[in-house]
Amino acid sequence: MSWHVATVVGARPLTGTARALTLSAPGFAGALPGQHVDLRLTAPDGYQATRAYSLARAGHDERVDLVVDEVPGGEVSPYLVHDARPGDQLEIRGPLGGYFVWHDDDPAPVLLVAGGSGVVPFLAMLRARRSAGQQPGRHAPFRLVCSVRAPGDAIEREEIDAPDPGLQARWVYTRQAPPGWPTPPGRITTADLTAPGFGPDDGTSVFVCGPTGFVEAAAGLLTGLGHPPGRVRTERFGGA
Amino acid sequence: MAVVTRGFGGRRPEPEHEIPPGQFVTDDFPVLSAGPTPNVDESRWELTVRTETGEGTSWSWEQLMALPAEDVETDIHCVTHWSKLGTTWRGVSLDTLLADVETSAEFVMARSYGGYTTNLPLQDLLDGQAWVAFEFEGEPLDPVHGGPARLLVPHLYFWKSAKWLRGLDLMDDEDLGFWEQNGYHAYGDPWLEQRYA
Repeated sequence: MSWHVATVVGARPLTGTARALTLSAPGFAGALPGQHVDLRLTAPDGYQATRAYSLARAGHDERVDLVVDEVPGGEVSPYLVHDARPGDQLEIRGPLGGYFVWHDDDPAPVLLVAGGSGVVPFLAMLRARRSAGQQPGRHAPFRLVCSVRAPGDAIEREEIDAPDPGLQARWVYTRQAPPGWPTPPGRITTADLTAPGFGPDDGTSVFVCGPTGFVEAAAGLLTGLGHPPGRVRTERFGGA
Repeated sequence: MAVVTRGFGGRRPEPEHEIPPGQFVTDDFPVLSAGPTPNVDESRWELTVRTETGEGTSWSWEQLMALPAEDVETDIHCVTHWSKLGTTWRGVSLDTLLADVETSAEFVMARSYGGYTTNLPLQDLLDGQAWVAFEFEGEPLDPVHGGPARLLVPHLYFWKSAKWLRGLDLMDDEDLGFWEQNGYHAYGDPWLEQRYA
């Protein structure tokens, strides 16, 4: 698998710490929703740093969409969030990962559970579903539960909340909720993960992505609800 | 020579010693698992080694604890680019567990509680290269990191060090495990950067 030179063609701030980056990567053959890429930066003296990032959009083209959330004290993410600008060049390799993937011809209901920037691979799935939804017979129902600390931490909320009969979105605020929000801030509960049509008996495919502690908690709730562990796919970041 | 990324200088952590290409050093212990963490009680834990003829040998938790254990200090390298230096473990060497197992097999499939699998050549598990580890940094191994016991094969990328180990199946022919069927390298030598198939 070879590296492709990629050029930054777009950058858009999303939250106080997260930024959307669009790259043009000639030779990149596209990806499935949920896959990731390796991204490599090279300093003038040849020093290199490589990290893995989920793709925020899948497709069959040479455009690569990322959402990067800054890791305080990190080496690569602060550069991507603050310094990279259109015209800058870096390298990518991929797509990677064949398991944490949603196939747009799979009719099973899909429950997506995101902690913080763990929503990024789910954006790729939502976007793929909306494209596939234009074609008859492809209407897998989606439920997306997004847990964020505060309203300002929500990534692509407008897109997620856009009216869509095939998508239920639910927001969970752990530290600070918007004014008038019906429930006080708190961690995700089984009530957030329970909805008609998305239970263990509905053949639901479950995907959980987020910081390790969040994924451990959410996956524990989901298996406690009876979701078979083999139907709960997880992607974690950060230590424990 | 790769393209230079304008404005990128790198953080240049003081290298304590050499690490494999494409890796960076972290003090964290990131967790990568394909599914939920299974909670395996020691009272129902069992490890089974099955030979290519189907003959099985099993150890209960008490039997594992009764075997001679070793302290291991080693660097570990994850295919997602992080390396963790000088980690300390305690576990039973595979040389001990496989000492009385009659086999002419060349390959092993490690099997985990929860269904995970990974394949290795048998010779990579012998001669002081691999352990069934049950302590990390002096504490019982946390379930999130593979407790009660995981395979520890630190000279290969860490996905080979199967968490929640329950069995080792000896095989005449190489068969591919979970990540190996999902795009990752069949062997996984970090020094040769064998990340992907």
